[in-house]
Formats: sequence, C-alpha cells, structure tokens
Amino acid sequence: MSKQLQQIDVEKFIHEGGEHPYIDDLNQIPADDQQRMILAGIDVSEEERSGTYIQEDHSVVHCKTRQDGLEVLDINTALERYEWLRDYMWRAVNPDTDEFTRMANHISHYGYFIRALPGARSLYPVQACLYLKTENLSQNVHNIVIADEGSELHIITGCSTSKDLSAGLHIGISEFYVKKGAKLSFTMIHNWSEGVVVRPRSITVVEEDAQFINNFIILNPVKSLQMYPTTYMEGPRGVVRYNSILVTPPGSHVDAGGRVYLRKEGCRAEIISRTITTGGHIIARGHLIGEVPGIRAHLECKGLILGDGVIHAIPELEGRSEGLEMSHEAAVGRIAQEEIEYLMARGLSEEEATSVIVRGFLNVDIQGLPPQLQKEIDKAIQKGEKEFF
Amino acid sequence: MLIIEDLKVEVQGKTILEHIDLEVPPGKTYILFGPNGSGKTSLLMAIMGFSGYKVVKGKICFKGEDITNLPINERARMGIGMSFQRPPSIDGVKVRDILKICGAKDDEVNELASNVHFLEFMDRDVNVGFSGGEIKRSELLQLMAQSPDLLLFDEPESGVDLENISLIGNAINYLLKGISQGKREYCTYKERSTRKRSGLIITHTGHILNYVDADMANVLYNGRIACQGNPREILRGISVHGYGECIRCLNNCNK
Ligand SMILES: Nc1ncnc2c1ncn2[C@@H]1O[C@H](COP(=O)(O)OP(=O)(O)OP(=O)(O)O)[C@@H](O)[C@H]1O
Ligand SMILES: [Mg+2]
Repeated sequence: MSKQLQQIDVEKFIHEGGEHPYIDDLNQIPADDQQRMILAGIDVSEEERSGTYIQEDHSVVHCKTRQDGLEVLDINTALERYEWLRDYMWRAVNPDTDEFTRMANHISHYGYFIRALPGARSLYPVQACLYLKTENLSQNVHNIVIADEGSELHIITGCSTSKDLSAGLHIGISEFYVKKGAKLSFTMIHNWSEGVVVRPRSITVVEEDAQFINNFIILNPVKSLQMYPTTYMEGPRGVVRYNSILVTPPGSHVDAGGRVYLRKEGCRAEIISRTITTGGHIIARGHLIGEVPGIRAHLECKGLILGDGVIHAIPELEGRSEGLEMSHEAAVGRIAQEEIEYLMARGLSEEEATSVIVRGFLNVDIQGLPPQLQKEIDKAIQKGEKEFF
Repeated sequence: MLIIEDLKVEVQGKTILEHIDLEVPPGKTYILFGPNGSGKTSLLMAIMGFSGYKVVKGKICFKGEDITNLPINERARMGIGMSFQRPPSIDGVKVRDILKICGAKDDEVNELASNVHFLEFMDRDVNVGFSGGEIKRSELLQLMAQSPDLLLFDEPESGVDLENISLIGNAINYLLKGISQGKREYCTYKERSTRKRSGLIITHTGHILNYVDADMANVLYNGRIACQGNPREILRGISVHGYGECIRCLNNCNK
C-alpha cells in the first residue's frame, strides 16, 4: 500500500436509502449489531447512561434523554426547535475545508445535538452511536455539542459497522462548544471494518476556565481513517487534553492526532498518543501552537512496532511568543528486551511477558476523567485486545 | 543447590567473567563482594539467564540440573528469584499486577505489601519514578510473592535509609528462612533455625550481615573469584586493606 493516503472517490458511495425503523428498546437491535455496538463502548442496557442517540445509516433509530439539564436530540429536530442553533452550525468548522466537508454540507444525514444546560452535571455519560449497516453507503453526519457555562458533560461516541460490511464511507462533522467554566469529555471509540473509509472533521472552541478532554480509541481494522481534530482555546486558563490509542493491523491506514491553539494566558494543553502497529500504517500527529506568554503545553507520542507496519510520528511544537513552555517526547520502536526478560524472571513466558507489556503500554491513566469513564475505556480496550492479540 | 563450574561470560563480545567456580549449598547464604565493575551483577544476570550475558564456557547447575541453556522463565519456575540492582520501568503495569504475576493471590497482595510499607505504591506503574529505596522494597516484595528456593540479591540495601534498612534486612532474613511474614511470630525456634533456601547476596557495605547469618563470602575481582572465606573477616579485610589485597591473592592463586 502506498505511504500516502489513497485518493477517496466520494462519488462512488451511495447517499440515498439506508432507512431503518425507530427502535424503542435497544434490546430489539439484532444480536450481531448489538455486539458490534458494545465493542464500540455502547451500553445497550442504558442503565449507566444519561442519554442515548443511535443512528443507523441515514436513520435516527433511537434518541432519548435520561437526565434533567441534559438534552439529546437529532440535529434536524434540534434546528427546528432552536432558532439560535443555526449560529452554531458551521461556525467552528469551515464547510469549504475539503471535499468531505463540502460533501457533508451538500448532503447531510442527521447527526446528534447534545447539550448540558448551565450548571448541569451529567451523572452518567451520554452515549451516541453512528452505525453503518448498508453496503457502499455514505453516512454524512453533522454533530453539535454544547457544554453550557459551568456544566459538566461526558460523552461516549461509538462508531461501528455491521459485521460483514465490505465498503462504506463515514463523514462526521463535529463542532464542540465548551463554555465558560464548563467541562466536556468526549470519548470516541471506533470499531469499523476493513473496507471502511472514515473522515471525521472536528473543531472545538474552549472558553475561559473550561476543560476539554478528548479521547480517541481505535483497535480494529479500518481501510482508511484521517482526521486532525483541532481545538481553539479562546479564553484564559483553559485545559485541553487529547489522548489517543491507535492500533493498526495489516491493511489499516490511520492518520490521526490532535492540534491545539493556546491563545490566552494560563492555558494548558497536553496531547498524548500510544500507537501500535501489527502491520498497518500509522501517522501519529500532534501540533501545539502557543500564542501567548505563560502557556504550557506538552506532547507525548509513543509507538510500538510489532509487525511489518509503519509508525510515522509527527510531533510539532510551534511557539509564537516569549515566555511559554512547550515540550515533547516521542519514541518509536519495539518492546525493550530488558522489560520482557524482567517479567520472564518473574515467571512469564516470552509471549506472556510481551502481551503484559503491550497491555500496559495501552493502559493510559487519563487525568481529569471520572473513574467510571476510565473504567469504560479500560473495558473497551480489554475487549479490543481480546479480539486482537 | 547451585553449582557453577568454570564459567566464562561475555557481554557484547567482551569477556566479563572467567574461571568462575562457585557452589551455594542448600540452606546456605553466600555473600558476594567486589569493587564496582568487577562483574557481580553480570554473574547474577548470567545465573538468571539474561540474554545479554552470554555463557561461552562452563556450566550452571541448579537442583542437580544443567540450566545453562534454559530460558529465564524456566529458571524462575525451577525456583530461582532475583532482586535487581537496576530493574527496568514498565509503563502501565501496576505493582499490584506484577505481584500477581509473581504468584501472589488476590488476597495476599495487600498483606505482603504492608510488610514492607508499600501499600501506597500498589497502583503505581512498576519502577516508574521510584526512588532508589523504593526500588529495593519493590524488588523485595516481588521476591516475597515469588517465594523462590534460591534468592539472588543485587545490593538490596544500598541507598536505603537507616530506618528501612532493618525493615529490609529482616525481610530478607525471613525470606531466606522461608518464613512468610505473617507467620513469623508463631513459628517455632526449630522452624526458624532450619533453612531450606539458599541465598547469594551482593553487598558493598556489609550492613546486611547484621540481619542475615551468612555462611561464606566470595570476592569477585576483575571477573574472577579472588578469595573465599568468612564474611565478616573478608569485610574487615576489605575495609582495612581495600581491594588491592585481592590482586595479590589472585596472583598467588595463579602461581
Ligand atoms: N550491557 C553492557 N554493555 C557493556 N558493558 C557492560 C554491560 N553490562 C556490564 N558491562 C560491563 O561489565 C563489567 C561488569 O559490570 P557489572 O555490572 O557486572 O559490575 P558490578 O560488579 O555489578 O559493579 P557495581 O558494583 O558497580 O554494581 C563492567 O565493566 C561493565 O561496564
Ligand atoms: Mg552491580
């Protein structure tokens, strides 16, 4: 496979059809599909969720808010209900960014609107699932998330496909607005299949004293995924963290990372990635742009090559002012023999030691995340590992 | 228990140890002295089977079996355990996890840890950011979980503060005697005095001799065993005359 991204012909995907009936009870979802969704972090029982949004292909099949102060709607309904929401559409993301944003602007199939009202705190995460079911379909969604002043909102988005889907395109436009003093965590778990092309386009605007934690996990095959989610820190004292865990098997091409503009005093940002290739191609990017004195930013990029794959780490630090502090740490390689042998001296075989180290490598403690959500992430990684290693 | 015959070890093509003959009988604890760089750590690494330490001559026998070519984990399984001078850090693997790997049961982990005041480290990544003294306690704890028959200690007490040195010294003593920490108050004198386990302890200071009854000491000098004898006498000799004396011994031996 070429080292460059393959040209994706958006025209060859189908934009019509892909309609499915509404489902009241998630247990009515066929077992196979449920299984795929669970692997993407979706809780079918909904017990530990403050709301659920599920979209299959071009249909909203389930949408429910389970906690006061929060709101989960499909974007079309939300736009009908709230005149002011139009101001937020395409405010952060420029529709002319590339062919995918243009496509999503031209033909759009729902997407979610999730909001926490001022001061509200989500007891459990809100979950959203974007699911591809029909062959060769293009699913173009537009999502808007607003964490209003002083609120705390946690979202898990699981993206997946039905088991034997051989081709599909997912374009996701996402605009996140984290208002003054709010805290938003957004955890995205991808569980695609070998023939799927994925192009998320996300921009976040973080106001003063607000926090944004973005977690991205992909452990399973995907044909091609490319994204460079970006955050603009427009208020002082914001905190932004990007954590990514990327695993690519043979045939997968993932080009992902995070970019943060630190624009006001006292802002802090951190981008951490752990990548493993077992044969696929990973481009792990990170770009921190410090624009004012006193900001602090750190980038950490670690990669393990366990097969014939490629890991291309591209950490970038861009200081545009005096008196700022930016650092990065990047390492790509294999597992240190010393570590394997240390564990062997404790009784493990070489293979067992390797898998313990790999699991540890992927085991990132994410600062600022509620323990319950950390548990969800650990669970997703464990499930993924089982499928994989 | 452990018999080493005419061992020659190379590290990256360079001879580090040569003509090593050493026998540690069952139930005996031996001390290994020697200046920096003399090859003490290399000897333990070779006994454990680390890949960087290539045995090019001689053999290592344990419990009557030639283990010279066995993989590390099989030696561990046969009952050899080691506390490392400079263990690697392992990201994302918790102390709690490694204790279970070592063989501790779920409900034993905390009890073991409290013995060496290590409870607050259970959810830290193994060796990541540990201080020198913390590494020693973590290593000791892993050995306690492993409970091996031959215990190799690489400078278990160096860099440990005065308070912790008795903690570590006593723990090593009980470990060598095969008495689990929880039980030590209840065991009989006879149980305490009969040892089945063997030990090989590297030390520079000899502080460990205040806690452990050592039977014999060897001095490693420049990759060879220069002399053998009573641990306290040898320690006294080294502190009075330095290791310079060893050169003379070596020359005498070789004549
Ligand atoms: N991986 C290695 N690469 C190169 N040289 C090595 C390596 N390991 C050991 N050596 C060399 O072998 C010699 C013996 O080292 P070793 O660590 O066994 O010494 P030691 O007796 O344990 O010393 P200390 O008292 O300082 O711990 C030293 O000269 C050391 O530099
Ligand atoms: Mg040493």
